[in-house]
Amino acid sequence: MAIHNLLNGQFLNRSSVIGARFMSSWFRNIQPAPKDPILGVTEAFLADQSPNKVNVGVGAYRDDNGKPVVLECVREAERRIAGNQFMEYLPMGGSIHLVEESLKLAYGENSELIKDKRIAAVQALSGTGACRLFAAFQQRFHPNTQIYIPVPTWANHHNIWRDSGVPIKTFRYYHPESKGLDFSGLMDDIMNAPDGSFFLLHACAHNPTGVDPSEEQWREISSQIKAKGHFPLFDMAYQGFASGSPERDAKAIRIFLDDGHLIGLAQSYAKNMGLYGQRVGCLSVLCEDAKQAVAVKSQLQLIARPMYSNPPLHGALVVSTVLGDPELKKLWLQEVKVMADRIIGMRTTLRENLENLGSSLPWQHITNQIGMFCYSGMTPEQVDRLTSEFHIYMTRNGRISMAGLNTGNVGYVANAIYEVTKST
Amino acid sequence: MRPPIILESTTTFSSSSSSSSSSSSYSSCDRRLNTLARHLIDVNDQNQMASQNISPSPTASSNSVFAHLTRAPEDPILGVTVAYNKDPSPIKLNLGVGAYRTEEGKPLVLDVVRRVEQQLLNDVSRNKEYIPIVGLADFNKLSAKLIFGADSPAIQENRVTTVQGLSGTGSLRVGGEFLAKHYHQRIIYLPQPTWGNHPKIFTLAGLTVKTYRYYAPATRGLDFEGLLEDLGSASSGSVVLLHACAHNPTGVDPTLEQWEQIRQLIRSKSLLPFFDSAYQGFASGSLDADAQPIRLFVADGGELLAAQSYAKNMGLYGERVGALSIVSKSADVASLVESQLKLVIRPMYSSPPIHGASIVAAILKDRDLFNDWTIELKAMADRIISMRQQLFDALRARGTPGDWSHIIKQIGMFTFTGLNSEQVSFMTKEYHIYLTSDGRISMAGLSTKTVSHLADAIHAAVTRVA
Repeated sequence: MAIHNLLNGQFLNRSSVIGARFMSSWFRNIQPAPKDPILGVTEAFLADQSPNKVNVGVGAYRDDNGKPVVLECVREAERRIAGNQFMEYLPMGGSIHLVEESLKLAYGENSELIKDKRIAAVQALSGTGACRLFAAFQQRFHPNTQIYIPVPTWANHHNIWRDSGVPIKTFRYYHPESKGLDFSGLMDDIMNAPDGSFFLLHACAHNPTGVDPSEEQWREISSQIKAKGHFPLFDMAYQGFASGSPERDAKAIRIFLDDGHLIGLAQSYAKNMGLYGQRVGCLSVLCEDAKQAVAVKSQLQLIARPMYSNPPLHGALVVSTVLGDPELKKLWLQEVKVMADRIIGMRTTLRENLENLGSSLPWQHITNQIGMFCYSGMTPEQVDRLTSEFHIYMTRNGRISMAGLNTGNVGYVANAIYEVTKST
Repeated sequence: MRPPIILESTTTFSSSSSSSSSSSSYSSCDRRLNTLARHLIDVNDQNQMASQNISPSPTASSNSVFAHLTRAPEDPILGVTVAYNKDPSPIKLNLGVGAYRTEEGKPLVLDVVRRVEQQLLNDVSRNKEYIPIVGLADFNKLSAKLIFGADSPAIQENRVTTVQGLSGTGSLRVGGEFLAKHYHQRIIYLPQPTWGNHPKIFTLAGLTVKTYRYYAPATRGLDFEGLLEDLGSASSGSVVLLHACAHNPTGVDPTLEQWEQIRQLIRSKSLLPFFDSAYQGFASGSLDADAQPIRLFVADGGELLAAQSYAKNMGLYGERVGALSIVSKSADVASLVESQLKLVIRPMYSSPPIHGASIVAAILKDRDLFNDWTIELKAMADRIISMRQQLFDALRARGTPGDWSHIIKQIGMFTFTGLNSEQVSFMTKEYHIYLTSDGRISMAGLSTKTVSHLADAIHAAVTRVA
């Protein structure tokens, strides 16, 4: 009876609610968390009523009409999947097909390493999840190490290693004066780090700068890292998306593999297959031999199990269907090239517009940089003006998501950038 | 075997590239020559050559930094299916993982789920953009309504924060990490026994795990006195994990009267309840009945956490759909809580997957789909209840020694048989029946056809193995 009344909201007597109503909240001292700098931009953009607003914040591809794109190869894959698949748990290490296809894509279709089963690999929750698995793995088996991350890097890298309990150090990367690579700084920092440090490298289309080492520079980096015995972890979120060619975008990784490095690799299908919300990726660790790969994979699974048990199915089915079918894979390669080409075209157009407007500042970095993002070199104050005066939304580090530009707004944006940088 | 090639760097080759070559001891031309050499000489010579020119380094093909790793043991629960799959015997039974099976022993995708998948597929206006860090808004609201009741005062007062999570596991993990960061007490009490993954989830989240008595082997029922004693002596403010219904692995649930006493004790000691609800609707067949214990706690106005999973009750296992709700004292606190939950989620996986949550939201928001779902859900629950009865009857018919009434008293996916690990091994070896070594069987894996095989195995185990 008491229970009935309790559930109906009538309290018979005080004793039936002992303790509960007279305590204050356990969580009242919690501080409001700062807004995520990247995702917060989109929130602000959505709230803006201006008809001229432009979102060059989040790194998600848009077509020339500013619309999100679902690739045709993905739509076809989904048509094949729907109604035909059970929804059972995947193994802790995820879909074997997804992993196989991912390794072929990254390490090479005919890679001996794959044939020799030397790569420990598990499906992960996109690039974030892959990095997080590795960070937790690093903390568990090398608890006294740090991770060296480039300056700057994707902001969430800091959060991932921090929440995994791995201290973070940085290495020089971006050269503000040239808006290019600080190569000598980078090489010095690699050399001065204690032997056997862990280094996070962006395989292509560095986020947020768009500045990548040249092939020759990658070879130097590889050899210096080798000389110091460092562990190279690649974060590859843009394979195919940077140059339009997945093979070409994997060049840095192939150089390291040729040099004999035992790499770690986080792959994401968010951008290159447009599967952002599906959270599909892969973490791999190249081992000495098949036996070690089995051991490493089993340990990675032990990290996944208390985090989410096993990874989500749908995105994995989409990727393995696309990559596993020659026709669909061919279609994908065409579609990813279209995306990359549009972005490269926008870079050219933006730069030309700025130069034609008569800007006295140098803008060749716009076309020198590659991938989704351009590090414009604008200051936070200039960015704030872009937002408040022109309703253009981007992160305050001056990073422009090129995917947010299209033939309809590139002139407007060029003009706005020209205006706010005029006095520089 | 070719004679070793010895390479020496010469300063006549200028290295044009890096400005750092002056400070590095290893010029780029050394590197180029050595790379070339590797292709010209065979492997046996490489080690010799390596010692002459190239300083061996841990990541360059010889010593991995992870060489010291040992192979991890199989997950005790998921490992059962691995072992089952390897068994070549034509007559084998998998009673390991708690995944529903039909009478034909097949996995089941609910019809309502298939229909929604088609709907989603045909809706070309849908895209695959990132969803918010906290997940789909309508999914979150609907999940909260499902567990707390549409008329819940906590929802009406905006005191509920709900975030989409990676099924039950992910929701528990996010909740655990949130507590480890923001709650003043780092101890969580888990029932003895509990799902094998619970201790690992909370330990890795940063909490200290303790236990409270729960299962009484003698009665194969609830050790209520022990439970009250242990929670009564818990440090003030400790977190208490409670299985909302269909306790895993035992199938033993408190009665509503016992729940009320538990609630009073928890509130009087200022303990923080954290519910794990993985079987709502699946236990009794009624979504509301299975949510009563949680609603009891919400009704007293206090705070709690609740993790929900749609793996079993909507058959969405592999899509990893779930939710974490935190009920706070006020709307202001609820919004602080949400902002901090995002900071836990972002470095874990940035944002949750869209597919499964879209299916759930579509079903929960449409009255007809919702009704169809409840019918299919009840059918699953009823089949399991019928399997319990059939197994009980089969053991009685065989005169198997012991009291087996717990099979029909326990509820939900699992039965804690009371068999020991030797008996379990025996059943696996002799009868090819796969279950976890704690004697837990998944009733969902049974069918009318296979009940007698299991009854035979249990009978043999009990009579022949101590």
